[in-house]
Amino acid sequence: MKDVINSPKLHDCRDAFVAVLERLGADNPKVVAVCNDSVGSSKLGGFKSKWPERLVNVGIAEQNMVGVGAGLANGGLLPFVCGAACFLTGRSLEQIKADIAYSNANVKLIGISSGMAYGELGPTHHSIEDFAWTRVLPNLPVIAPCDSIETAAAVEWAAHYEGPVFLRLSRVGVPDLLPPDHKFEVGKANLLRDGDEITLVANGTLTHRMLKAADILAEQGIGARVLNMATVRPIDVDAVVAAARETGAILTAEEHSTFGGLGSAIAEFVVAEAPVPMKILGVPGIFAPTGSAEFLLDEFGMSPAAIAEAAVALIARKSSRT
Amino acid sequence: MQPNDLDRIARQIRLRDLQAVFEAGAGHIGGEMSAIDILTALYFRVLRIWPDQPKHPERDRFVLSKGHVALALYVTLAKRGFIPEEEIGTFLKPHSRLNGHPNCNKVPGVETNTGPLGHGLPVAVGMAKAAKLTGANYRTYVMTGDGEMQEGSNWEAIASAAQFGLDNLTLIIDHNRFQQGAALKDTNNLAPFPAKLEAFGWDVTEINGNAMDEIVPALEHRGGRPHCIVAHTNKGHGISFMQDKVDWHHKVPNAEQYEIAVVELSEAL
Repeated sequence: MKDVINSPKLHDCRDAFVAVLERLGADNPKVVAVCNDSVGSSKLGGFKSKWPERLVNVGIAEQNMVGVGAGLANGGLLPFVCGAACFLTGRSLEQIKADIAYSNANVKLIGISSGMAYGELGPTHHSIEDFAWTRVLPNLPVIAPCDSIETAAAVEWAAHYEGPVFLRLSRVGVPDLLPPDHKFEVGKANLLRDGDEITLVANGTLTHRMLKAADILAEQGIGARVLNMATVRPIDVDAVVAAARETGAILTAEEHSTFGGLGSAIAEFVVAEAPVPMKILGVPGIFAPTGSAEFLLDEFGMSPAAIAEAAVALIARKSSRT
Repeated sequence: MQPNDLDRIARQIRLRDLQAVFEAGAGHIGGEMSAIDILTALYFRVLRIWPDQPKHPERDRFVLSKGHVALALYVTLAKRGFIPEEEIGTFLKPHSRLNGHPNCNKVPGVETNTGPLGHGLPVAVGMAKAAKLTGANYRTYVMTGDGEMQEGSNWEAIASAAQFGLDNLTLIIDHNRFQQGAALKDTNNLAPFPAKLEAFGWDVTEINGNAMDEIVPALEHRGGRPHCIVAHTNKGHGISFMQDKVDWHHKVPNAEQYEIAVVELSEAL
C-alpha cells in the first residue's frame, strides 16, 4: 500500500470521467453532455469533436442547464450535466431539487472542480457546501470518488443506474488507490486498510491523505482502519456501525465544510446506532482564505501528520471514557 | 372537436374545478379559470396523446409551469381519461396524489414536477431539444403565468430556445395581468411581452386566451422559430364576481358565492 500512496503518478479525475463518457457515447447515441460554457473545464472537448450535436452548451445559465437536462431525460436521452460544482449546485439547487430529484429525472449531475480545487480563486469558487446542499434531497445519490479508478467505475455505474446522481469530481491530482478492476457499488464503503484502534473515513482527495496518516500511525504502533466512503448518500450504515463497535473511535476528513458533509452524515448514524468519540475534519464553517487546494487542506488540519495527531487525540478521548 | 364543443368542455372543467376548490377549502381559482380554455384546447384538440399510454415516446409534451393551478390540470386530465374523474374529490386530502402542485411520478400525464416558478420552460426547452436530437416528431408546449415571467430562469431558457432553433416549442403566457398580491403592472411590469420575445428571436402571436376560436389556431401555428402565445386572459374568467380581482388568486368562495358561481357556470353549459 505504501508504494501506491506515495506514487508520484497523480491523475486528474476529470480525465477518467471523460474517457468513460466518450466510451459510453460511442456505444449509446442517447448519451449527451450538457454544460454551461464549461467545455474546457469539464474537459468535454473530445466529446464535442466526436459528437458536436450531442454537446448541449446552454451558455452561462446554470438554472437553465439543469432544467434542460431534466427535459432531455424526459425525451429519452441520457444527459450528463457538467459544470463547476460551486455553480452547478449553488446556482441551481432548486432545479436540482424540483426538476431532478423530486421529478426523479434520469440525469447525471457532474460537479467539476469541487471542494478546494479552485482554492486561489476564493470562497465564491470553493465548493465546500455541496454535500450539505445535495445530501438532504431524496432520490439523489451523492458520490465523491477518491481516484481515477473509482471515478471511472462510478461514471460507468451512474450511466446504468436509472435515476438521478450527483457525482462530485476534483481536478486535484491523486494517485490510483483502488485496484484497477474496482467495481463501484453505491452506498458501499471500501476497506482500504484494517485496524482496530480507530477508523479513518474519507472520500475524494482526502482518502489519499487518510492512507498517509494511517502510515504515520502505524509507525507509532497504532492500528487504524481506513474506509473510503465515496457515497455520502446513502451512507454505508453497516460499515459505520461496524467501525464504531470494532474500533471505538471515528475520525473523518473531507474537502467540505464540517457542517453537513460526510462527517455529519456519519455522525447522524453513530449517535443513533453506536455512540463513540468522533472528530470531523474539514473547513470549520468559515469562508476559507486564498491558497492552493493543498495549502488549504494543510491549513485546516488535514495534512497527513495533522490527521495522525488528531487520531491520537481522539484515541485518548476513547480511553479516558473507560 | 369544434370550438363550440371545446367551450362546453371548458365550462364543465370550470364547474368541477370550482366545486373542488370549495370542497377542499383551498386552490388557486383565479389563475385556474384564466387557464382552463387553453388547457381544454390542448387536451381535447391539439395534443397528440394517448391517455392509456401516458409515457408513449411520441406523445406531445405539455408542461404546466404555473404549477399552482394544478387542480385545473387534474380536472382536465380526469376528463380526458388519464385519471378517474371521481379522484378529483381527493384533491389536497391526506395522501392524495393530487396535491397542490403536480407530481409526475404519481399522476399520469404530468411530465415534470412544478411548483417553484420559472422551472417549466427550461425543462420544456430540454424536451424540445431532445426531439431535435432524436428526430422525434412530438411537440412541446409549456404554460407560464405572466407574473412568473419575472423569474430570470425563463429568460435563460428563452435565449437558449432561439439559439437551438426550437421551432417545435410553444410557450403560452397566461397573461391575466395579476399575480399573487397585486397587478403585474404595479409589481414588475414585463408587459408588453411580444417585443421582448421577438427580440430574442421568437415568433409571437397575441390572442384572447379565453376565446376558443383564437386559441386553437394559435396552438396549431407552425413556423420556423420557437413560438410564444401571449394569451390575454381574465383572472377568474367565467365567474362574474371573481373576474380581474386580485383577491381571487387563492381565495375560496363562501357558500353564498359558491352558489352564485355554480349558477353562472351552469347557465353557460
